[in-house]
Amino acid sequence: MKLTIDTSKCQGHGRCYDLAPDLFSDDEEGYGVVRGDGEVPAGKEEEARRAIANCPEGAIDAG
Amino acid sequence: MPADDRFSGETTKIRDRVSRSTRSKVIEGPVTDWATDFSHVDPAWAADPYPIQDDLRQRCPVAHTERFGGMWIPTRYEDVADVARDTGRFSSRGIIAANLRPPRDVAPVGDVPPISSDPPFHGPARKLLLPAFTRTAIGRYEESTREFCHGLIDEFSARETVDAAVEYAQHIPVRVIADMLGFPPEDGPQFRVFVEEALEAVNQEPEERAQHRDELFDYLYAQVREHIDHPRDDLTTFLINAELGGNKLTPEHVVGTMALLLIAGIDTTWSAIGASLWHLATNPADRERLVADPSLVIPATEEFLRAYAPVTMARLVADDTHWRGVDMKADDWILLSFPAANRDPAQFDRAGEVLIDREVNRHAAFGLGIHRCLGSHLARMELRVAVATWLERIPEFSLSDPSSVTWSAGQIRGPRMLPLRIA
Repeated sequence: MKLTIDTSKCQGHGRCYDLAPDLFSDDEEGYGVVRGDGEVPAGKEEEARRAIANCPEGAIDAG
Repeated sequence: MPADDRFSGETTKIRDRVSRSTRSKVIEGPVTDWATDFSHVDPAWAADPYPIQDDLRQRCPVAHTERFGGMWIPTRYEDVADVARDTGRFSSRGIIAANLRPPRDVAPVGDVPPISSDPPFHGPARKLLLPAFTRTAIGRYEESTREFCHGLIDEFSARETVDAAVEYAQHIPVRVIADMLGFPPEDGPQFRVFVEEALEAVNQEPEERAQHRDELFDYLYAQVREHIDHPRDDLTTFLINAELGGNKLTPEHVVGTMALLLIAGIDTTWSAIGASLWHLATNPADRERLVADPSLVIPATEEFLRAYAPVTMARLVADDTHWRGVDMKADDWILLSFPAANRDPAQFDRAGEVLIDREVNRHAAFGLGIHRCLGSHLARMELRVAVATWLERIPEFSLSDPSSVTWSAGQIRGPRMLPLRIA
């Protein structure tokens, strides 16, 4: 599972880095960014799914 | 360095804008039919808007009123989201639905940028403010907020009853925003007057609203001049020195943004804290569960934001348009009810129930699209700290007099009197 954020949709609500701090962080303007290359480590899939499901803008994709 | 004389004149431009605003006739009296004679200042709407929203969502779903010079009220989540994201068709030139519409030529900046701005001005004006409002930047206020909450509780914890809206919830955002803007904390009572006049007294005669606007901007200009003489590390000094495209901001932009930060940060968070405490006072099982497991404060406060979303925004229709089966005229208001969107069963399972451990909660309490609440990270911090600190200090409480609880009318809804028994 590899996470990406669609920057044209992200508005900086910050639900992803609130709910899944191991997978996302915030940039200097508060927009969400994926940590590392976005690859979800084993055991973190549930956290990733929760972040995706809670994004108000539907901006997170999992490939 | 030449003296900064941008702010030396009278507030003539602001007054000129008010005088050129479009006025509509004040229509008072109770609502006759919510679908065709809607009013967001009706006491029935303030007391309990949710059954009205549910009814409208099923039978309209876009309600209308001739009040406020003409206004539409979508009630489905997908319609609210569409209005929020379609900034071409729905302008932010006006965001508080009242009997006064700002003149067309204030777009795309608007009176209180960036909330009143449309693209292309909006993006850069918002970008300027974003770094000060990230979750990381807001983190520096968390400890002082917690101490402040404890101090408030120290004042009344030995008593049997307290008004949690008046003596607790309202003070928290006032203190934090005064600190951020660098305004005297003792001016707090004055801020609450500004807020009430801007957000609750929306059905007043236009002249009265214009007068209140003058008082607010006179205060802000005085603060700016004081900061020019005594610059310091706060948002006011930041805005005075800020540049867009290589130029200092216009004085109207500086004071407009200060007005926004002052007004938008107070009523909203006050309402969210009060509504959360009201829920816990009236739902002992949820209260006991939160006391037993404080880690639930995060999902619980998200759920309170969904179920009791304090903020409704407004837009102005840019040009005559056909939308969702209705014909809208240019300059009609659209009431953007995030509370109604948040209770739409097409978007949320068990939408009418409050589930403090709700796992999937894509609520729209902080808006959707480019105008996502700039202060959402600040509001969340204040709400979580205020609720957690209250529960730690006062784990048992209930309404002391249910009939005396009052809720604010207008676009910001929350308890304004909330008497609780705490011993």
